[in-house]
Amino acid sequence: MTFGEQYIAFKTIVIKEVLRFARIWVQTVVPPVITISLYFVIFGNLIGSQIGDMGGFRYMDYIVPGLIMMAVITNSYANVVSSFYGTKFHHHIEEMLVSPLPYYLIVLGFVAGGIARGLTVGIAVTGVSMFFTDLSFYNPLVIVSTVILTSALFALAGLLNGIFAKSFDDISIIPTFVLTPLTYLGGVFYSINMLPEFWQNVSRANPILYMVNTFRYGFLGISDLSLGLSYTIIIGFIVTLYSCTIYLLRTGYGIRR
Amino acid sequence: MANALSIQNLTKTYANGFQALKGISLEVEEGDFYALLGPNGAGKSTTIGIICSLVTKSAGKVHIFGKDIDRDFSGAKRMIGLVPQEFNFNVFEPVEEILVNQAGYFGIDRHTAFTRAEQYLKQLGLWDKRREQARDLSGGMKRRLMIARALVHRPRLLILDEPTAGVDIEIRRSMWRFLTELNQSGTTIILTTHYLEEAENLCRTIGIIDKGELIENTTMKRLLGELQTETFVLDLKAPISAAPRLSQDDCLRLVDETTLEAEITRDCSINFLFDELTSHGIEVLSMRNKTNRLEQLFVNIVEENEQAGMAR
Repeated sequence: MTFGEQYIAFKTIVIKEVLRFARIWVQTVVPPVITISLYFVIFGNLIGSQIGDMGGFRYMDYIVPGLIMMAVITNSYANVVSSFYGTKFHHHIEEMLVSPLPYYLIVLGFVAGGIARGLTVGIAVTGVSMFFTDLSFYNPLVIVSTVILTSALFALAGLLNGIFAKSFDDISIIPTFVLTPLTYLGGVFYSINMLPEFWQNVSRANPILYMVNTFRYGFLGISDLSLGLSYTIIIGFIVTLYSCTIYLLRTGYGIRR
Repeated sequence: MANALSIQNLTKTYANGFQALKGISLEVEEGDFYALLGPNGAGKSTTIGIICSLVTKSAGKVHIFGKDIDRDFSGAKRMIGLVPQEFNFNVFEPVEEILVNQAGYFGIDRHTAFTRAEQYLKQLGLWDKRREQARDLSGGMKRRLMIARALVHRPRLLILDEPTAGVDIEIRRSMWRFLTELNQSGTTIILTTHYLEEAENLCRTIGIIDKGELIENTTMKRLLGELQTETFVLDLKAPISAAPRLSQDDCLRLVDETTLEAEITRDCSINFLFDELTSHGIEVLSMRNKTNRLEQLFVNIVEENEQAGMAR
């Protein structure tokens, strides 16, 4: 395929993916916004007012970036895993497989769809957060780059889950038993400096910690970890997951008989 | 000039050890209307799946108009349109969008895609349904939607896997007319079907697969020429108590008092049969083939293959 044809094919997948979650916005965009709003009210306002400052900021200000990131992570992941598995389950994947689409375009198209939903929900949650706090934007470049890279990373992880999934149960196991615990333990609600040294070291094995801290740095200018290390880890994960998905699609795993 | 399809020693063994294809080789000429027949589970859909990259082959080579599907993946796929056996579109998408998206996967811009979608939806009688979700279409409409989708990138080789399954006779005949015109305009067509009348009416060449092997590959004319006998059913005007004995050949059997079955060999004329019946005072109201000619041959060939397999 020529570059122009590849661009058209990529755009087709992205439009299809965006329309998919936009058509069912009551199921895909509204629930996370409501859930995160409850976090703002309960943890930020009610409990947060009793906690006091954290890292030199009001507790509400401290948790807002982490909560936005939590919404972005879960939605980027959920979008791709459910869309790709649904495509496989109902055999629409065959529409792509019989076409000359290279595998990397299939991956990029689904990932772009995941990023689109992650950002849509992220922006909506950010808008709601402004009712609870005066958001500051310390470094917009860090905010934008972190949210896009993190969204891409979890969209890829969702795609990998979708490739391996053989039933609808398989697409809920990872979000429930892996993603949610890692997000809650990823420094959304607290600074790892509050933890004993042993648990600080354990927390450093959690990749979500780096994303949340870098994102928080973009808003507040504070981070428990080095930005360079965080970007390296995020990009490292993206490259690894991308390579795995391409390899699996090329071998036909989960998509061809 | 390269053939539309060239398959050499194609084998497929599934992970559970089942050998679906045992070294099939076949050629389909450009412009042909080819029937790929076989009993259920013979390997037809596996063969089509491999040609269209839906199934991974174990060994062998496949060329589409001279392009190797392993080496020139993109070039080969551009020339194939597939109408699969099962509905495989997103039933929640509008009909027109399904076609436009499919064109997009082939790198066709949206303007051209909409123009082609309009052309094929009109030709296949679906234009009024273009804004409806695919799930609201009837079974026959869904089948026609899959044909329109397979054509939107203008393939030179169209493969149809049981396209008329579960479709009423009126729609089936309109689909036959459409496919005949498409073939006459230069598109090579490969058809699998269990309606052997359909294959006999439409196709010029025929391949029969059984147990993963190609057991017949010839022209329809030559194959039908191998038929030694045909059985006709005769509806009689008045009841009779026994089948009359003919002077040359004892080929009549009484089914019920007003129905006779006549097995006629190739070298025996039907005129002779009617002369004999008239001489016995039997008047025939109507006559029809007991089975479709191709169906009779198909059953014979598959049964022979079965017996040969048991002997091995």
